[in-house]
Amino acid sequence: MMMRLLTFVMALLLAGPVLAQNGPLRLTITDGVIEPITFAAPSFEAENPAALQAASDISRLVVQDLAGTGLFREVPATAFISQISAFAQPIAFADWRAINAQALVVGAVNVNGDQLTVKFRLYDVFSGQELGQGLQFAGTTAGWRRMGHKVADAVYSRITGEGGYFDSRVVFVSESGPKDNRQKRLAVMDFDGANVQFLTDSSSIVLAPRFSPNGDRVLYTSFESGFPRINVLNVANVGRQQLQTAPGEMAFSPRFSRDGRQVIYSLSNGGNTDIYRTDLATGQHMRLTQTPSIETAPSLSPDGSQIVFESDRSGNQQLYVMSANGGEARRISFGEGRYGTPVWSPRGDLVAFTKQNAGRFHIGVMRLDGSEERLLTSSFLDEGPTWSPNGRVIMFSRETQGAGGTSSMYSVDISGRNLKAVPLQGGASDPSWGPLQP
Amino acid sequence: MTLFKKAAVVLLMLATAACTNPDRFGGGAGGAGGAGGDAGLNGGLAGSASDPTSPLFFNQTIGDRVLFMVDTSTLTPTGQTILDGQAQWLLTNADYRAVIEGHADEQGTREYNLALGQRRANAVREYLVSRGVPVGRLQVTSFGKERPIAVCSEESCYAQNRRAVTVLSFSAITS
Repeated sequence: MMMRLLTFVMALLLAGPVLAQNGPLRLTITDGVIEPITFAAPSFEAENPAALQAASDISRLVVQDLAGTGLFREVPATAFISQISAFAQPIAFADWRAINAQALVVGAVNVNGDQLTVKFRLYDVFSGQELGQGLQFAGTTAGWRRMGHKVADAVYSRITGEGGYFDSRVVFVSESGPKDNRQKRLAVMDFDGANVQFLTDSSSIVLAPRFSPNGDRVLYTSFESGFPRINVLNVANVGRQQLQTAPGEMAFSPRFSRDGRQVIYSLSNGGNTDIYRTDLATGQHMRLTQTPSIETAPSLSPDGSQIVFESDRSGNQQLYVMSANGGEARRISFGEGRYGTPVWSPRGDLVAFTKQNAGRFHIGVMRLDGSEERLLTSSFLDEGPTWSPNGRVIMFSRETQGAGGTSSMYSVDISGRNLKAVPLQGGASDPSWGPLQP
Repeated sequence: MTLFKKAAVVLLMLATAACTNPDRFGGGAGGAGGAGGDAGLNGGLAGSASDPTSPLFFNQTIGDRVLFMVDTSTLTPTGQTILDGQAQWLLTNADYRAVIEGHADEQGTREYNLALGQRRANAVREYLVSRGVPVGRLQVTSFGKERPIAVCSEESCYAQNRRAVTVLSFSAITS
């Protein structure tokens, strides 16, 4: 799999004086009801004939990204009073105010051979000013989607004051075949389901891939040997390496440390499952839990100092937090039902989890002290949450009921709004959301 | 580790054998070596069900699997009776070894079910060892909820999926 290096060019396009901002456009994301920001994004200008298709595609993708968050609402082109035919033309703010577009995104695309550049400006219509400065991205025509995602990320970020998540990838398990003979392959996709690429074949079961913090490698569980073992896969060249496991032991549920140099995971031996940490360079490993119960699904805090995990030491699955070096664990889940697969949010403030209660599965979030539990979904079988790079959205697997049951991936805001399926051909499960790409 | 490599050789040899056991997924496209744990002889190799030294007798007459209650790894009295028969057979037919595969139903998270399947398989191994089967002839693995044999989302199917299957292989090859 080849990921072309995208040259990232930031260019100051506007040399004029920066005017004082007076009540700038800003959407503060809260858990309450949000009135979406309205925006207009006229089709980007094609600076040369070769750029016509890309200009149209990229502006449509920017609209799709922004509107897809539920935080922005597009004002359709049919409502436009004035048109934007050239990137540099003066903006008739009154015309955009009249159709109640709070934000205006203006862009232009240039294609030269297989090289593509896109530049854009974001305007705060009601204050009549530019929000931020003009930006330009350069890359290849094949990577046009990334360029569109980058524009959308910049717009999202300028209006919300938070990082975006559109130019990111998700590693997952692609599924096919009936329930009793399901074929599973590792695959990566863009966050929106585009550009699917397979990383393994389906000759053996693969489970729960996890991206490294910078997205260069993937940890996953493989049944190649007939026993669950952990593999480390290099995303660029699909080379893989197995984590050393003694005969008779099963290893699974791996995650990288924040520096990408260590792996925390579960090891089963003699009916007992505990959490371990292994240094990938030295192979040195350390046992972190010492109980006869099942300890699994470890996830590190953003600062790397603590681990949230699940254990059935109380009699059923519950969530616990301990030091990254093991030791005493503190139980944090106390609601009804069973709690598993905890994942620490990138902001550090929440843990996402799978909850089973009264025959239903839920994806939920709670604070690290167990307070403010909020269930975001409910279905026959939801599981395995993963966080968007900015900690605003959760992706997870949903399996349908019955003999013909299949698995798909969904995303939902941490507010519980904007639940939607990731559009993909075929079944999919176990998403792991990678970082925002450089 | 050498042991596993040899086991993989066995698997390749057996991949050509007809697969009749519903627990086998090794046959057919995309399934070759679907799991090393499926490399056993339960797939309908040698022997007839009336020959007490045959794997077929082990699988069908004694029973190659035991079932579990929801979220437990406790052996039921019925399970213990089956395992008594398995132990007796393994003691009599010393050329065989076995991989015990633990499974769970779909009502659980993936990681937990892998650990639960391991617990179940281990409960079977411990019982067989307590009946005299040398521990070195028994290996344990878990497929969690990845390989159900019954596909409905009802207790009638779940009950069949919560299982530990004793999969035979030739000791002479792997020792």
